[in-house]
Amino acid sequence: MKFTWFNLMPWPYLPDDFREKNRSVWVDIDSRLFDPVRGHEVYNNHLDLLEYASTLGFDGIGCNEHHQNAYGLMPSPNLIAASLARRTKDVALVVLGNSIALYNPPIRVAEEFAMLDCVSGGRLVGGFPVGTSMDTNFCYGQIPSLTREKYLEAHDLIIKAWREPDPFAFNGRYTKLRHVNIWPRPIQKPNPPIHIPGGGSVATYDFCIDHTYSYSYLSFTGYIRGKALMDGYWDQVAKRNAPDSSPYRAGFAQTICVADTDEEAERLYKDHVLYFYNRCLHVYPGFADAPGYRTIKTIQSGALSQYAPVRGFSNLTWKDLIEGGHIIAGSPETVRQRMEEMIKGLRVGNVFGLFHVGNMPKEKCMYSTKLFAEKVMPKLRNMFPDYADDDRFWCKPLAKRVTPGDLPAERDVPQLVGA
Amino acid sequence: MEAKTVTTPHVPVRYFEGGKGEPLVFLHGAGGVMANDPLLGKLAEKFHVYAPLLPGYGDSQECGALRDMLDFTLHTWDVIDALKLKNPILVGHSMGGMMAAEMAAVAPHDVTRLGLIAPAGLWLDEYPIPDLFSTMPFEFPALMFHDVEKGAALMTAGVSLDDPEWLKGFLVSNARQLGMAGRILFPIPERGLSTRLYRIKAKTLLVWGDSDKVVAPAYAQAFKQGIAGSELVVIPEAGHLLNFEKPDQTAAALERLAG
Repeated sequence: MKFTWFNLMPWPYLPDDFREKNRSVWVDIDSRLFDPVRGHEVYNNHLDLLEYASTLGFDGIGCNEHHQNAYGLMPSPNLIAASLARRTKDVALVVLGNSIALYNPPIRVAEEFAMLDCVSGGRLVGGFPVGTSMDTNFCYGQIPSLTREKYLEAHDLIIKAWREPDPFAFNGRYTKLRHVNIWPRPIQKPNPPIHIPGGGSVATYDFCIDHTYSYSYLSFTGYIRGKALMDGYWDQVAKRNAPDSSPYRAGFAQTICVADTDEEAERLYKDHVLYFYNRCLHVYPGFADAPGYRTIKTIQSGALSQYAPVRGFSNLTWKDLIEGGHIIAGSPETVRQRMEEMIKGLRVGNVFGLFHVGNMPKEKCMYSTKLFAEKVMPKLRNMFPDYADDDRFWCKPLAKRVTPGDLPAERDVPQLVGA
Repeated sequence: MEAKTVTTPHVPVRYFEGGKGEPLVFLHGAGGVMANDPLLGKLAEKFHVYAPLLPGYGDSQECGALRDMLDFTLHTWDVIDALKLKNPILVGHSMGGMMAAEMAAVAPHDVTRLGLIAPAGLWLDEYPIPDLFSTMPFEFPALMFHDVEKGAALMTAGVSLDDPEWLKGFLVSNARQLGMAGRILFPIPERGLSTRLYRIKAKTLLVWGDSDKVVAPAYAQAFKQGIAGSELVVIPEAGHLLNFEKPDQTAAALERLAG
């Protein structure tokens, strides 16, 4: 199993009447709700927590890309990953990922991922999401029905830029470059492992199968609702005669809160979890799915956007969230049982645990994270012994890596330079 | 109006045909057009009307090869060629007006009469056109009509806009139709037409509702300035969907292009 401590970086100061006074947490959210001075503290708290998780035995620490969004403060996940690269040692940096259709030209992603891979010594796990409609279409202006075509072209360009040792010309429909020759190149050959966050599109299942990428469902609605979608993926893996059905071909995001007892979990985390589900997911339905963004096939399959649930996210209770599987919360034993259900039920080798939830203060987040790392994670390590050797979907760091800050003492410098 | 299909180089194109008289090609807006459209009916009393559907609209086949403004413009010329029409009166509503204006700018010697009903295609910072791609069905009537209540009834024919079954069908047709329209309208419905308007040589008639909340009447002035000799007819107590709200007056105004 690969466990990634994943952080969305929510803004913790949305007012109590946020939903009544604002139509959306995303796209056209009131910018006056963001206070840059508090932002200084919020970013550093989130980064501290990611670094803390890296010391507890998690395989990866993860970030993602959102724009104009109060629950996702990372328009540039690469900046976050860059700061983590210097302050962490062995952990994978899971950037899930860069919305490659939004980078102009897309070789910017090939360059920045190569930089991250070099700085971190080969610890990068990269991701290429198509991006949500909110981010890709409404914030970044991509034409909905051409987004996928542009995405696929960007993908081909990035992969070729990583793999082709000589300069080449790229005559795409969306990007034309006469001299593609990125510098630096990634440590991991032919390229860092790629995970593709998806939302139920069959085209994305096929894309992952064709390229041996891991398919991940970054849902907030939990493993019970995620089952139909992941079953759809595994059906497609079987139907397409993929060479294996390794669980590492799949990943799933899950909100997880651990305490001493189930009761303590509710007492400690309820308010923060409700802040997230009832306030942060308040997305105006008009932004959920720009016409043309999803394929007709996907719409007809009945998969509604997770951002526009039929009855909305409003007014969910702790009980609703536990019973619905939106969150896995409770004592270490409760969490272990439900995690096992999830991992087996969805057949996922990669778990992206959301341990920081909503406006959770750092001490509670540390408490929950440490309990999971010490009392839950070790018991879930060997869920798929048959695939223990499958390293295709994870990074392969250099055996010998430099230590950041490893400068000689100033007093030794004159001797070292022979002055 | 009768639904027919004509072969074009890209895809077979559905169109509605009806009426007798001079040929008139009507290009619909982003919402599409139906055979029983009140304006088409009125126009068919004076003209031989052809109303082709943009690929993806109604039951017509989609066309991935049309991606940008030039593709849309030339495709629509292909349709006119396929219909074997010579110098038809070219009329377009909203998005269709944008396309008709582009066609007249690209081939100024092939269009002598042009009718633009609240056309899209320009952008004025002081009068931002609402984002129709994030507009929910229940929000449409207030944007589209002068008389919102009456307009809503006209538009929906009594269907409840929050009925889940209706919504599902709506999502599919919206993905097909507005997905296609988005290629020239998203995120800003402007593709450089202002730099080409000067090329239009046709006798041009602009028709606008005085309370248009989508393409505000200020745009009528911008078009009027951009197209030499163009005339403007403003219809009182009318919103953006003139075809529903004021079909008689709109058709009567367009009759000025006859002969």
